[in-house]
Amino acid sequence: MQQEVLNNKDIAVTREQGKRLLHQMILIRRFEEKAAELYTKGKIRGFLHLYIGEEAVAVGVMNALTPEDNVLCTYREHGQALARGVDPGAIMAEMYGKQEGCSHGRGGSMHLFDTKSRFYGGNAIVAGHLPLAVGLALSDKKMKRNRITCCFFGEGAAAEGEFHEAMNLAALWKVPLLFVCENNQYAMGTAIRYTHAVTDLEKRGPGYGITTASADGMDAIAMLTAATHAADQVRKTGLPYFLVCNTYRFRAHSMFDAELYREKSEVEEWKKRDPIMLLSAFLKDKKFLMDTDLKEEESLVETQVQNAVAFAEAGTWEPLETLTKFVYSEKE
Amino acid sequence: MSATPNVMRVTYREAIRQAIREALMKDERTFLMGEDVGRYGGAFAVSKGLLEEFGPERIMDTPLSESGFVGAGIGAAMGGMRPIVEVMTVNFSLLALDQIANNAATLLHMTGGQVNVPVVIRMSSGIGRQLAAQHSHSWEPLFAHIPGLKVLSVGTHEDARGMLLTALLDPDPVILFEYTSMLNLEAEIPSGSGAIDITRAKVRRQGKDISLITYGAGVYKALEAAAELASAGIDTEVVDLRVLRPLDEDAIAASVSKTHRALIVEDAWRSVSISSEISARIMERSFYDLDAPVRRLCGLEVPIPYPKHLEDASIPQQQQIVSAIRNIFQHD
Repeated sequence: MQQEVLNNKDIAVTREQGKRLLHQMILIRRFEEKAAELYTKGKIRGFLHLYIGEEAVAVGVMNALTPEDNVLCTYREHGQALARGVDPGAIMAEMYGKQEGCSHGRGGSMHLFDTKSRFYGGNAIVAGHLPLAVGLALSDKKMKRNRITCCFFGEGAAAEGEFHEAMNLAALWKVPLLFVCENNQYAMGTAIRYTHAVTDLEKRGPGYGITTASADGMDAIAMLTAATHAADQVRKTGLPYFLVCNTYRFRAHSMFDAELYREKSEVEEWKKRDPIMLLSAFLKDKKFLMDTDLKEEESLVETQVQNAVAFAEAGTWEPLETLTKFVYSEKE
Repeated sequence: MSATPNVMRVTYREAIRQAIREALMKDERTFLMGEDVGRYGGAFAVSKGLLEEFGPERIMDTPLSESGFVGAGIGAAMGGMRPIVEVMTVNFSLLALDQIANNAATLLHMTGGQVNVPVVIRMSSGIGRQLAAQHSHSWEPLFAHIPGLKVLSVGTHEDARGMLLTALLDPDPVILFEYTSMLNLEAEIPSGSGAIDITRAKVRRQGKDISLITYGAGVYKALEAAAELASAGIDTEVVDLRVLRPLDEDAIAASVSKTHRALIVEDAWRSVSISSEISARIMERSFYDLDAPVRRLCGLEVPIPYPKHLEDASIPQQQQIVSAIRNIFQHD
């Protein structure tokens, strides 16, 4: 059990991989910009938590997983769902509350689920899904299934008791679980320095007997490198691993947030390391990407987002007659 | 073992132990986890010997992490297993209430029917061993309030032997209330006892004058009270609710339409209790069948005190049940 120091560029990224990461990040960015717009138009209601600024984490980690692996996320999970390959139309329809949504419209933005891609939410009680992740990983170990479980959570969750319980149980029971902490610096509106006595969260891992590393969560290549290493470790050892990704949320916590708790200059400073910009520059430098490619990518994404919105618009409302469905399983 | 063929004499503890053992033998997806269930043999010796027989993979001692291991049980159920999670006493279940109320009870719904949670959570409950305020809770009404859960109360030896097995076949989360005050109590049950219907209340004693409706630790008390009343010429029907959610309203209505009178007995605090609910349902459905107002005997609304005489006075006793029923007839 140790705190590992990872070399950012020790992975050979192919053109295809690089462009895939970029495509996914642009899709997340534009999809969420559209979601924010639709929110102001009243098409999407409830809570809407945007991921913009943190895209590198979702795409880096998701590309280190196999389709067989389990994924659990927080209520800020549009990015993970898109990167996992959940259909953008089904996600948008879910946010509209239409029955064609990926959770039949019953969940909304905070509860995107898609068992076909082993995507287990969309969990909106902070840290409440960590014990579930331990249980899923435990079931795979007991049933001798060759898969790992990946659990995303924020630095806010790392202050909860369930973080402690889940870390201890995962290490004690030796389950294949990748803990991915997305440290976006703010638990809603309270900065990490006001919520954690020790802000280098990666120092927590070894205390539980869990190998740990931190990664630059603004850099998609660094994230892919770190997550690939971490996932490989979990696969190889069958043991949990704790990966802390230092990142930043460019947008407000939710659509109700006036952002009184941080300076605009701080946001601007982080935007200088916009993950899409960083990856574009990296790929251009490698001659993997031309300006014309970027334009093409943007137009491809625009079509995807338009199609998603059209799918959601064309979706239907669940009839009142089935309101009390899904409380208990129907008899087979 | 009794001398009578086809009947065996068992303690309530032994009946539960046999049920767990049978469940473990029948289905390899089933395992038992909880605090002290293995090496200690169970806080109340219910799982004594099972670790030796089934090994540590099937009988898992857990740390004192109620939220963590109840959540892990829910996660393992999501992963296709059929876990039995033991919460040592119902008093500690509040530490896991978030997992039960926000995860187990909601996942089927939030996912639009994609994720079901076939977990069984056993809790020992009850009052009468001078354990004072923090170890004497009757939380049946609390859990019975939550849609998505099935809540069972083990009031007899037959149910101690059978309920767990049926609960494990259920695709949805089941909470099983067991009663520590009954553990050493012996009774005869058919030797072929096994899985039983867990959707219905059961009339434990037929009668025509009054319906004595109860559950859990109240069932045997009610039967003794009914025997005493019989010698005074009052023919009492004892209805064991067994299922506290979803309630078997038909059984209650059928009994009341026969006897035209009802007394509801429970240990839980009177306000917002199971008896409040039963009383309301009788008013809604069977009002014109009644010859007398519905009466209730419940726990006094006080944290349960330590001294024996005060503890006994806090919950309904056999003599109070007898007096309450006599009073109903005197006022007729």
